[in-house]
Amino acid sequence: MARAITTQKKVMWTTLAWCFGLLMFFPILWTFLTSFKTEATAIADPPVWFLFDWTTQNYADVQDRSNYPKALMNSIIIAVGSTFLGILIAVPAAWAMAFVPGKRTKDVLLWMLSTKMLPAVGVLYPIVLLAKWLGVMDSRILLVVVLMLINLPIIVWMLYTYFREIPGEILEAARMDGAGLRSEILYVLTPMAVPGIASTILLNIILAWNEAFWTILLTTVDAAPLTKFIASFSAPEGLFYAKLSAASMLAIAPILIMGWFSQKQLVRGLTFGAVK
Amino acid sequence: MATAHSKSAARLMIAPAVFVLLVWMLIPLCMTLYFSFADYRPMRGVFETWIGFENFIRFLTSSSFLSSLVTTLQMVGGILVITIAGGVLMALLLDQPMFGQGIVRILVIAPFFVMPTVSALVWKNMFFNVDNGLFSYLFQGLGFPPYDFLSQSPLLSIIVIVAWQWLPFATLILLTAVQSLDSEQLEAAEMDGAPALARFRFIILPHLSRAITVVILIQTIFLLSIFAEIFVTTNGAFGTRTLTYLVYQRVLESQNIGLGSAGGIVAVILANVIAIFLMRIVGKNLDN
Repeated sequence: MARAITTQKKVMWTTLAWCFGLLMFFPILWTFLTSFKTEATAIADPPVWFLFDWTTQNYADVQDRSNYPKALMNSIIIAVGSTFLGILIAVPAAWAMAFVPGKRTKDVLLWMLSTKMLPAVGVLYPIVLLAKWLGVMDSRILLVVVLMLINLPIIVWMLYTYFREIPGEILEAARMDGAGLRSEILYVLTPMAVPGIASTILLNIILAWNEAFWTILLTTVDAAPLTKFIASFSAPEGLFYAKLSAASMLAIAPILIMGWFSQKQLVRGLTFGAVK
Repeated sequence: MATAHSKSAARLMIAPAVFVLLVWMLIPLCMTLYFSFADYRPMRGVFETWIGFENFIRFLTSSSFLSSLVTTLQMVGGILVITIAGGVLMALLLDQPMFGQGIVRILVIAPFFVMPTVSALVWKNMFFNVDNGLFSYLFQGLGFPPYDFLSQSPLLSIIVIVAWQWLPFATLILLTAVQSLDSEQLEAAEMDGAPALARFRFIILPHLSRAITVVILIQTIFLLSIFAEIFVTTNGAFGTRTLTYLVYQRVLESQNIGLGSAGGIVAVILANVIAIFLMRIVGKNLDN
């Protein structure tokens, strides 16, 4: 039986929830507002809220800082590249584990999860050493590979939970009709798996975009993505709030939008199917 | 029925993923293990391959290790308390009937997608800064003296920043769990006159226990390796040096690879203890 909800109660909950929502969102909102102020307005006492001369000068200034476009490009290449490389390796593995489960499938999955728990500092120096030895320090390919490896367990797990929801009978039927492994994957599985794969891609681009251990420590200039670019603002440069805000908005805006689309996948992808 | 043919095909398909992860785990980890028994300081040209457990003894008995362990526990513990308590309350709030629920949800979730370096710098400069930060204006307005957050309570400041980033995650997962709650059971309890607090304690909380466990597990794994937030705010100073950060400093800043590698192995062991412990709880919860 549905309870009758009084409007009064609903208004009360609405007010409370919006207050908390705006409180959580406030730092982002404030960054957004500050990015359109002049440096002087940005630190005005008392703070100025909406009534100021909005300017896009900061965005132009940040773009002009020679390394911003490069950092953006690096972020895109690293996030997208590592995700697709991961998908390429994970799709067959997840497919096999979901549809041809063996005795040790569960162990393999748990073991993969355990590699995700390996603290990055435990392997920091060897990775730096190997990168130097191979001559790939501060290169995009290094970050593509490293980020692929740290996110691979999540990609496999996510795909596995999606693939498991595809009814096995359909594959049986396809096999009965004489479909080989190749056509089974190509014509039966792929169309059904596309939504799951798309969500996995989306979530992993977000994770790779925001990764800030390896991207900071393995790059200096050439391959430095936005995480590193923004970190360079931590050195005090005097009055720079407005420019910092503009750079920040440019770095988070695309991911914020992608993130809002992938709310549901976030739960699935980061809980390894334990909460649905 | 899976045929022998499809079984071997399956093994072939799993092989690349297993292989790359195995290489990724084993080679660097073995190297770290190897270095941890060596006196290796490249800046000074020192490389002695075997000095026994000396690095481990030095690392484990140093005061910086103990303080980093305490800092790590305080940081992870503080963030977990805030995000779990806040997440449960927020999830219950978001589950209530309201106008614009979708938009509120988007507002609440947004911080999770903000790059760690961005959120650390925004908080550091625009909120915590003693001269121009918003909190200083707020304190002034309320008649308090200005407070320099990052140098007077640096650990708490970092906890606030990271908790802000992870509260959305906890909220989202707990909300998913709250929404799967059987509302008839709650209504029956309400009709029987169970007060709100009792309903929360005996119906809602037990229902959420699995989700809470999952949140603790996943957050602990991610929080143990907090790096960027410390890197751009305090750089490990003022008692904010976690185990992760200590190892990073030993390895890359002071270039004492042997000592740092021993620290790395200690971090791996500690993380594994927590991981096994937590995975068991999750496994048990999954069977129920």
